[in-house]
Amino acid sequence: MKEGRPRSFYVLAIFFAAYVLFLYGPMIAIYVLSFQGPQGGLTFPMNGVSTFWIAKLFQGTGIVDLGAAFRRSLLLGVIVMIVTVVLSVAAGMAFRRKFKAQSILFYSAIASLIVPSIITSLGISLEFRIIDDLIKAHWSENFETSMGLLTSGLGAHLTWTLPFGLLIMFAIFNRFDPRLEEAARDLGATPWQTFRHVVLPIILPSVIGIGLFGFTLSWDELARSSQAIGAVNTLPLDLQGLTTTVTNPDIYALGTVISAVSFTVITLALGAIHVLNKRQVAKGSDAGKGLV
Amino acid sequence: MDTSEDILHQASPDLVRGSETARRKRAARLSPSFVSWLQAGPMMLVFLAFFLIPLVFVVIVSFWDYNEYQLLPALSGRGYTDTFEGCIAQLPELCTIAKTYLKTLKLCFMVWAITLFIGFWVAYFLAFHVKSKTWQMGLSLLCTIPFWTSNVIRMIAWIPLLGRNGLVNSGLMKTGLINHPVEWMLFSEFSVVLALVHLFTFFMVVPIFNSMIRIDKSLIEAAYDAGATGFQTLVNVIIPLAKPGIVIGSIFVITIVMGDFITIGVMGGQQIAAAGKIIETRVNALQFPAAAANAVILLAITFLIITMMSRIVDIKKEL
Repeated sequence: MKEGRPRSFYVLAIFFAAYVLFLYGPMIAIYVLSFQGPQGGLTFPMNGVSTFWIAKLFQGTGIVDLGAAFRRSLLLGVIVMIVTVVLSVAAGMAFRRKFKAQSILFYSAIASLIVPSIITSLGISLEFRIIDDLIKAHWSENFETSMGLLTSGLGAHLTWTLPFGLLIMFAIFNRFDPRLEEAARDLGATPWQTFRHVVLPIILPSVIGIGLFGFTLSWDELARSSQAIGAVNTLPLDLQGLTTTVTNPDIYALGTVISAVSFTVITLALGAIHVLNKRQVAKGSDAGKGLV
Repeated sequence: MDTSEDILHQASPDLVRGSETARRKRAARLSPSFVSWLQAGPMMLVFLAFFLIPLVFVVIVSFWDYNEYQLLPALSGRGYTDTFEGCIAQLPELCTIAKTYLKTLKLCFMVWAITLFIGFWVAYFLAFHVKSKTWQMGLSLLCTIPFWTSNVIRMIAWIPLLGRNGLVNSGLMKTGLINHPVEWMLFSEFSVVLALVHLFTFFMVVPIFNSMIRIDKSLIEAAYDAGATGFQTLVNVIIPLAKPGIVIGSIFVITIVMGDFITIGVMGGQQIAAAGKIIETRVNALQFPAAAANAVILLAITFLIITMMSRIVDIKKEL
């Protein structure tokens, strides 16, 4: 029974390979096309190879004010990442004990994940409009708006990233051995010391995973930003705006630059996770090594 | 980072000395339930401020009045009456909103069926055919990485392939299968479904894989030993046990497609009507109560679908 693989293996392996090709093929096509020559168009074949379109993007003579949108998206992404990591780890710890409102928080997170983004986005924009109207009516006539990148925009992104963070924490603590904490407690560690020296080092690889989700989901977020971001645009919103008007490859160049940031972050995060996991395997346990 | 071994060395000397009193002090100051509130409170506040209260505002504003440029906080059913305009007068013809919802449901069904098929077999391959943990991790990661990249980029990535002068058309022309470029591949219902499947099959793969990986392999062996064929094992053992994952994946895909307006906009060339797009159009016209009314309707229908689906599973579990 163990020799050879069943025929279904090969059929499904081909199916899987086709799926992976389907996932990556089109993406790779536009990365290649963003290196079109200056005379090149939106489709294959390539008309020479150059960095003309990417350079044009960075000169700022192109279609959007790339620099400003880039900095805004990066700033928002980093803040969303930090807040997502801190709040998810904290809430994940809370869920290990029973507490009141536990199920309210859980269902809020799940609902936030599956209620269509456009509704959440619309709700946030209405909320801030009403706050604006109240401020204008009662305090300051000249008040502009409380909506913005780091108020309504940040909130909108968090409603998308926090559920992922919380679900990852559940997955972590599902396979976390509570005896490690008991041992620390028995040795007299305070709750904070137990967390800092026992729990955190063990869950750190997955916490980096939460950070990865936090940043990349915010960096590419579109549907929730659409109504709630205020007057300025993030990079994906600029990109979406271009889809209806642009006729030359600078849209691909912009796509490639955005993806380059995503892939850099993904590589860094996965690299860090890999290194941490290796260290844990190498040094984490002295089981079976005899007396130390 | 510290390993558990280091921790003991570093931490034990001063821990043993001062901790007992410190711990008692701390315990007196912070009760466990207070600590829980401190830990879970911030996240709860974010959901309250940016999700729950906004949803309440959507419902409230859907009953407000409006004119060309602003909200009028006065009770009115105009958001709803405008939305359902002509629905009774035009009978038996369907009104715009009914047609739009039928169209959205149709898109939803197609995307659901295709993502379920692909997602199931991809998850099946990963869970049952890939034996080594390392390969399983690597291949799962391969499926996850696109999820961390931009959706818009993954949509426009189809343009050079499906367009008038795209790869597919020029390939087909070269082989002589067609004489003129095919137009229906881009900015059509076809490209919308293709892009949605491309973007969201991931949401099907993950929960189904999670269910399948938890299936006790000895159950499958037992089925084979009892003489079941591969197909019988699939239908009677694997699918029932993977059902929670299938339902969760289906809920994700259906709610995403029901509320989608970006993929349908970009890949449909802004020409295809959908439930999510109505909301966007109304907001762009600054008709917030009408947008909110549409959001309430969309929410109600989505909620209905989810309730129905979760009931299917619970009933099956009871049996």
